[in-house]
Amino acid sequence: MSNQSPTSTTKKLVRKLMLAAAGMFGFGFALVPLYDVICDITGLNGKTSGQYTVAEAETMAVSDREITVQFMAQNSEGMVWEFHPNDMQVKVHPGEVKVVSYRAKNPNDFAMIGQAIPSVAPNEAAQYLKKLECFCFAEQKLEPGEEIDMAIRFFIDENIPEKITKLTLSYSLFDLTDYSEPAQEITAR
Amino acid sequence: MSAAHDDHHHGPAKGLSRWLYTTNHKDIGTLYLWFSFAMFLLGGTFAMVIRAELFQPGLQLVDPNFFNQMTTMHGLVMVFGAVMPAFVGLANWLIPMMIGAPDMALPRMNNWSFWILPFAFAMLSSTLLMDAGAPNFGWTFYAPLSTTYAPETVTFFIFAVHLMGASSIMGSINIIATVLNMRAPGMTMMKMPLFVWTWLITAYLLLAVMPVLAGVVTMMLFDVHFGTSFFNAAGGGDPVLFQHVFWFFGHPEVYIMILPAFGVISAIIPTFARKRLFGYDSMVYASASIAFLSFIVWAHHMFTVGMPIAGELFFMYATMLIAVPTGVKVFNWTATMFRGSMTFETPMLFAIAFVVLFTMGGFTGLMLAITPADFQYHDTYFVVAHFHYVLVPGSVFSIMAAAYYWMPKWTGHMYDERLGKLHFWMSFIGINVLFFPQHFLGLAGMPRRVPDYALQFADFNWISSIGGFMFGASQLILLVVVIKCIKGGPKATAQVWEGAQGLEWTLESPAPYHTFTTPPDPKLIHAQ
Repeated sequence: MSNQSPTSTTKKLVRKLMLAAAGMFGFGFALVPLYDVICDITGLNGKTSGQYTVAEAETMAVSDREITVQFMAQNSEGMVWEFHPNDMQVKVHPGEVKVVSYRAKNPNDFAMIGQAIPSVAPNEAAQYLKKLECFCFAEQKLEPGEEIDMAIRFFIDENIPEKITKLTLSYSLFDLTDYSEPAQEITAR
Repeated sequence: MSAAHDDHHHGPAKGLSRWLYTTNHKDIGTLYLWFSFAMFLLGGTFAMVIRAELFQPGLQLVDPNFFNQMTTMHGLVMVFGAVMPAFVGLANWLIPMMIGAPDMALPRMNNWSFWILPFAFAMLSSTLLMDAGAPNFGWTFYAPLSTTYAPETVTFFIFAVHLMGASSIMGSINIIATVLNMRAPGMTMMKMPLFVWTWLITAYLLLAVMPVLAGVVTMMLFDVHFGTSFFNAAGGGDPVLFQHVFWFFGHPEVYIMILPAFGVISAIIPTFARKRLFGYDSMVYASASIAFLSFIVWAHHMFTVGMPIAGELFFMYATMLIAVPTGVKVFNWTATMFRGSMTFETPMLFAIAFVVLFTMGGFTGLMLAITPADFQYHDTYFVVAHFHYVLVPGSVFSIMAAAYYWMPKWTGHMYDERLGKLHFWMSFIGINVLFFPQHFLGLAGMPRRVPDYALQFADFNWISSIGGFMFGASQLILLVVVIKCIKGGPKATAQVWEGAQGLEWTLESPAPYHTFTTPPDPKLIHAQ
């Protein structure tokens, strides 16, 4: 008859298998931070790291190499701000701190919140772009008709591979006005 | 009847309660198989709508949004409703009989894992009747299309996937427990029929990846309803992450749908070639290698997302490596047939068609694995042709081969061989007319998932649709064959096929309701 209760070895095995299934469910979620960590370490996917802090005493060697940094801006779907870089490109020496800015204007007659998400091409250059300050570290709130300049203070790590002579920093601007809760995670960038 | 002398023997209960409350592996196998057949016809109907719309350029029958719902539902129903439950049904029917066990290890869980499925698919299909319409984001449900831009019915889809996942996980736990703990004395691991081996490996794959699928749809649920940003770039998430997590499930999933097929073919070809299977051990190791490799190739589905060249190279070579164990299998099947005394009954016809057409699908897979070439083939009909060649004349033909091969054992009657052969030839010709031109469409640049197309694609689409209608209509022949075979026909012997080997052929036909309540004589267990 098939109604006999399973043997104890079967029970033990089934318990292990169920644990394995639960573990894999957890693993699925673990992939999320794992993915961020891997992207952060390797700079894959063009993700830039978060705010870089330099100790006061740390002096940065300025190399005589010259790297062209280009700037791009785009609005994600539904975003209506005027948004563009003030300089299309700058030339920097690795180690030299540079300040550039983007201009944004809210054309609507109500206050709006925007969030810029950075991406670097080529991907492998992302980890060498160090931002000391960036408007992308926080949400931007613009009153109706308000227009502002938003700064980025950055330098290029002198360890950047020889073959990279040009890189592009691109920002996509998202409309967060209707987001009820501020997205905390953003500041991590 | 040998089962009748059993004192406390009782047959199946009568009426509907037999099927609702059953814990008998044969009943549950039958339920799975009928459910799968129903889903096959439902998913096939969706495919007919797709092919009818694509019969001519321009928009004729359905609006583009409904077309997208059809492609989505076709994929979901065929993968989760037709192919996977069919293999679970075969496993339920055959594994206990093949290893000499009285039933599955966990009969009540077996009942539960089946009865979840009709509810899951009722929930999924009911979205077709809702105002917001069925899911329309493709069976791969890439975020943010399936989150930010999804119809409201996405929640039904998410919970349906949760239920299917729960069903599959319970099914695979049951199969692992049965195979590891319930084998008859003398049935060592390396004497198990290959169908049992491939299912054991498949069950481990299911256990590893179905929870990840459940995880990814749970993340979608949170993104849609609870304001998280797993896949929403605006909130700090990453849509590419979705593709990684999805394909971490999705790639092993394609082997979940083909490994049991390998087991079926490895049973049928030796029977009709009247030779032992060539290279049994290498078949086992090849299956295990394929299962392992399936975990490290997922990103070949997403070469175009912008990966570093090192990643592209790794996934390209790892993918191509899968051709090696797969090649071993194809070689072994061919070597089994070599100089055999072959006869060509319907199961053998399907099995040979499987070997030929699956290999063709495998070769187009190799073409797609070449990263630079993939940039051209990506998201074209070439991909559609590739995965339909491995799934339809691959998985589906193997299921049909299995149905014809074991049907006499299940029903006690021989099926109608003339109708079976007619079904085979209609399917074989239909499938090639249907999918072969799609290679050309893809190479010429026709994108997937479009309801309308440029005029130069009209001829091949017209041919493809004709093949589609032919293949679709010929499946009704299978329905007739099955019903005829259940109702009557020439009495099947216990052995059924002259060259068949294995414990299930030592049982009378139809197999009694309870079998191997006492373990079989170890002498009956053949060395493989």
